[in-house]
Amino acid sequence: MSEKSETIERLSVFKTYKLYVGGKFPRSESGRVYEVTDSKGKWLANAPQASRKDARDAVVAARKAFGGWAGATAYNRGQVLYRVAEMLEGRRGQFVREVAEAEGLSKAKAAAQVDAAVDRWVWYAGWTDKIAQVVGGGNPVAGPFFNLSSPEPTGVVTVLAPQESSFLGLVSVVAPVIATGNTAVVIASERAPLPALSLGEVLATSDLPGGVVNVLSGRTAEIAAPLAAHQDVNAIDLAGADEALAKELEVAAADNLKRVLRPQPVDDWSATPGLDRITAFLETKTVWHPTGSLGASGSSY
Amino acid sequence: MYSRYARRYARLVTMPSTAPSPKRSAPLAQGGAPSHTLTDVTASDSTLRRFLHGLPGVDAVGLEARAASLGTRSIKTTSKAYAIDLAISMVDLTTLEGADTPGKVRALGAKAAHPDPTDRTTPTTAAVCVYPDMVAVAKEAVAGSGVKVASVATAFPAGRAALEVKLADVRDAVAAGADEIDMVIDRGAFLSGHYLKVHDEIVAVKEACGTSARLKVIFETGELSTYDNIRRASWLGMLAGADFIKTSTGKVAVNATPANTLLMLEAVRDFRAQTGVQIGVKPAGGIRTSKDAIKFLVLVNETAGEDWLDNHWFRFGASSLLNDLLMQRQKLATGRYSGPDYVTVD
Repeated sequence: MSEKSETIERLSVFKTYKLYVGGKFPRSESGRVYEVTDSKGKWLANAPQASRKDARDAVVAARKAFGGWAGATAYNRGQVLYRVAEMLEGRRGQFVREVAEAEGLSKAKAAAQVDAAVDRWVWYAGWTDKIAQVVGGGNPVAGPFFNLSSPEPTGVVTVLAPQESSFLGLVSVVAPVIATGNTAVVIASERAPLPALSLGEVLATSDLPGGVVNVLSGRTAEIAAPLAAHQDVNAIDLAGADEALAKELEVAAADNLKRVLRPQPVDDWSATPGLDRITAFLETKTVWHPTGSLGASGSSY
Repeated sequence: MYSRYARRYARLVTMPSTAPSPKRSAPLAQGGAPSHTLTDVTASDSTLRRFLHGLPGVDAVGLEARAASLGTRSIKTTSKAYAIDLAISMVDLTTLEGADTPGKVRALGAKAAHPDPTDRTTPTTAAVCVYPDMVAVAKEAVAGSGVKVASVATAFPAGRAALEVKLADVRDAVAAGADEIDMVIDRGAFLSGHYLKVHDEIVAVKEACGTSARLKVIFETGELSTYDNIRRASWLGMLAGADFIKTSTGKVAVNATPANTLLMLEAVRDFRAQTGVQIGVKPAGGIRTSKDAIKFLVLVNETAGEDWLDNHWFRFGASSLLNDLLMQRQKLATGRYSGPDYVTVD
């Protein structure tokens, strides 16, 4: 053997960003990709450009996952969401880099965004088994009945993630949807989809059943149109749509009476979000339950 | 990759699967036996065995490659609309559960007559397929719609009963008004080489069907283990006078696959070429999506030919397939993806 030991330069391994649908990482059915650049126009990676068929597949996956996720106990959902936060924490460095590149932030500012996003998961994880006390409860009725209102998840929710805040904004719209037992089809920010696609990898490794969150990247308007018209989607969050697109999607969504959350201006995604987003995708189920036969005293007790 | 295989093996796969023709032509068809030129191969157990084992072996790799390559055809727009309507008209809407109630069968009959109540241009399905004791209920439910009533019989799905019991089962279903009888062959006898026993049983059942009911013979391809056996079973069924040959009961792990259906389509094509008798094919079980159904229709068109693209000669044994076909049909009509909320739950 020769004594000469050359230092061979290592070939770097590029990451292929893929969609996250039904717990798997497919490429787009259409085979298309598009170039993703940083805020200064430097190429970062190719992201899959999802088609309407990917959207359809995502809805099928989300519908399939709905029964199990909505039927899981609120406590269990909280545990799973907390686990997501744990996994995010472990990949903090990666997300800080991706957010910094995508949004043109300094390392410190990007780190603050990622920390806020992790805190946001934990915040919503805590709400899973508390929201029922806040928006549900026992109603006083004039009769021998218990009358209970309980919040129920709406079903499959399409989420247009915010275009500007690629990670904190994304987490702020996805977490409230799934916390209450909905399943989500998420359209990542068109210009900065990489943090969202990486979030898919986190979700896949954190006990979240496949199909509960499905992440699509591509042209928002192209993917959102069939989803807004889809008869098996129950609600749509238009956070990432501009005014014209939002109107168009709202019209399409009216056909099967989808719940629509209109885009609202958000100045600061890191502010405490309140319960608006979590209650937007809940329905109230009211049940009457007889207290039992009335005794002579007018009460069964 | 498949297309390369397909080209290489195309000649092998499409090679006629006919056996050497019998030395002397049959004198006369005897009572009940089918009247074609191959009648004397069923004269005895040994002639039948010699005939069936004389069929050319199946090239499994080529067969699967050809089935896969035909599955890659892209069927869009108007062709797709045609294919979906054709597939709906070929569905044998099936319920074969221990828990079948008259109510469920009536609901199924209503669905067969009007698969999509929101769109009356939807064609009716070909038939409903039920257990013999439900035939009368089904007959009443589809009365006047042109939908036929098929009934499984002969101790379905295992077929493990005495011949007399099986025949009584068939007579019962026919007497109740079944238009079609789906029988299962005795796989035990077939696998142990008693071909004539299987043959005679099919002949007896055919006789019990009389002239009013068409006979579908189920081979349960998933239990025959080899493609050679499926080819032999197909010829055996056709020789015995089946009106339809059907892949499976839907009750075992492996049901209709493109490859075994392709093999059976080749068999009916070659049988007609040799005897002039046309026989239908029915894949059953495991076909759940419109995409799958359209793949099967491509197989039919490319193998047996256009003559079989009719619900008199080709059927799908399925239950959940119909809902997917209807959702696809709604998508084509409205441009919006439909969902399971817009078709019946059955």
